[in-house]
Amino acid sequence: MCSPIYIHAWSKVACECGVKERFLLEQKKKSVLLFNYIILLVFSFIALFPLAWILITALKKKEDVFSSSLNILSGNYSFENFVYVLTQNDGIFLIWLKNSFIIAILTALICVSLASGAAFAFSRFRFPGRKQGLYLFMLVQMFPGVILIIPLYYIIRSLGLLNSISGLILAYCASALPFSVIMLKGFFDTVPKSLEEAAVIDGLSQWGVFTRIMMPLALPGIAVTLFFAFITAWNEFMIAMTFMNEESQFTLPIGIQTFIHEYNTQWHLMSAAGILITLPALVVFIKLQPLIISGLTKGATKS
Amino acid sequence: MEKAVEAKIIESSDQKILSDASNVTKKSSLSWTHALWQSRIAYVFVAPTVLVILLLVIYPLIQGIWFSFTDMNQFNMGSRFTSPSYEFIGIRNYLDVFTGAGTAFYQVLRQSIIFTFTSVFFHILIGLGLALLLNQKLRGRTLFRTLLLVPWAVPSFVSAFSWRWLFNAEYGFFNLVLKKFGYTQIEWLSDPFWAMFAVIITNIWLGFPFMMVSFLGGLQSIPESLYEAAKVDGAGAIRRFFFITMPMLRSVTFTVMLLGIIWTFNLFHVIYLVTGGGPFGMTDILPTYTYMEAFQRWEFGMASTYGVIILSLLIVFTNIYSRMVKSSV
Repeated sequence: MCSPIYIHAWSKVACECGVKERFLLEQKKKSVLLFNYIILLVFSFIALFPLAWILITALKKKEDVFSSSLNILSGNYSFENFVYVLTQNDGIFLIWLKNSFIIAILTALICVSLASGAAFAFSRFRFPGRKQGLYLFMLVQMFPGVILIIPLYYIIRSLGLLNSISGLILAYCASALPFSVIMLKGFFDTVPKSLEEAAVIDGLSQWGVFTRIMMPLALPGIAVTLFFAFITAWNEFMIAMTFMNEESQFTLPIGIQTFIHEYNTQWHLMSAAGILITLPALVVFIKLQPLIISGLTKGATKS
Repeated sequence: MEKAVEAKIIESSDQKILSDASNVTKKSSLSWTHALWQSRIAYVFVAPTVLVILLLVIYPLIQGIWFSFTDMNQFNMGSRFTSPSYEFIGIRNYLDVFTGAGTAFYQVLRQSIIFTFTSVFFHILIGLGLALLLNQKLRGRTLFRTLLLVPWAVPSFVSAFSWRWLFNAEYGFFNLVLKKFGYTQIEWLSDPFWAMFAVIITNIWLGFPFMMVSFLGGLQSIPESLYEAAKVDGAGAIRRFFFITMPMLRSVTFTVMLLGIIWTFNLFHVIYLVTGGGPFGMTDILPTYTYMEAFQRWEFGMASTYGVIILSLLIVFTNIYSRMVKSSV
């Protein structure tokens, strides 16, 4: 703390500028700091506001929501919109929730188990076609969804898989696989090679290296990739809307649209449903946040 | 003696691990088939994924390109019970698009470009600004970072609906506030200009956290020693920003800008959910327009043509962009 160099430097500063100037400098620093905080506060407010607003809407009675002054801010709070959303139409919301959950879980599991093999190969082997393969996975992510949805619709329709959960999972795997491979490769690249080398000396096969060394060591990365694949399926809207047209097969993004009608949108119910869908995702996201950020920044600096 | 054996074992096992690498890269006397055989383990690991991609992405893509040369629609596409009866019509779809016959292609393209570039410009501006602020030693910066990531964590269809609710003409928050302070209310979603404004605002809100995180990663990878050296040389904060931070962030910026442009250009659900492309198609962008062509007007051939055009535009753009980046570095 009090190394001679520091003392020297400070005394030098103190000599060069007088007390008054130093005071001004500090004032300036303080005002810059204040300015930074104000900007951060403003943007945090903007980031939270839409969510806060639908939370308020969800907690209000219909007549407070549909009033042409800011009545929404006064009056009583209640959970009746949430109860209505969860129980209406024989609890169809819970069926949508179940559909969404099954589809997202299966997509994530299938996708990550396939992708981790490929990512392991791309990370640890040099083989003919490796570069082209990686390039392909990058390129595929660029494809517009709307060009693929027509042939996919055609294929799924001719297989008789419209309105079926497995058709949707197939389509979601296709969209989640490429980024999962790239992401997992990034995580596998960070696992040091020395451990596997030692294991290979002890007679472990490549499959053993993959399952017993790579997977456990890259577990955080696998968790993040699972999360992203899950979220991709959980949030997907266009394909589900096109493939599913029976109410009992809807996923949440489609189901929530039933509250919207051209001239009579049930905003209070919409908001309640929106909050119910958002909360779990938000909690998991905040829990996994450090991992997600480190995972992404690794990927970003690599590419 | 023992040591020598050990060394040999290590060497051989090293070879085992790196055999593929060394053998392939040397390319010396080894034949092509031998190289493939050497890498068989790798192919076993890669095969399932590549197979799925070929079946569910590449094959549909080729089929989509083929559809764009046909007159396929809802009635002639066939089903499980009837065989398809659509016909090859050459480049007629493409001619229709480029001559603008019966399509709003050029208008939609213009709207796409406005939407994409405005969104990405503000994504980068806000993302970079916030990343710079968060990269300082501030009290509570983890809290701020978490709060600022909320738009990213909320499922985007929920966010799109909440913005649509905020922009609602009668009961929406913005108009209620305007009314309260005695201003005239704005028909956010039914006036062409304000509708475009609304979808762009929504999209900026959705996208800035990703840019912020990417820039934060880029900033944190800049070694502190560079700044210290510059300080010693007497460079002020502004000069340090322009001569260290900016150049060091180049590659991150180029990457996220390209990703942002591609993603935004392909974006479907934000516009579909907030305005539905309205009023009168004035906020339609290419993906929403294509989707409507396919699943509301049921013209699959024409919609595939739009799809192919979107993809070609993106490929051309990416090529020009990366060439520009390469020549400027």
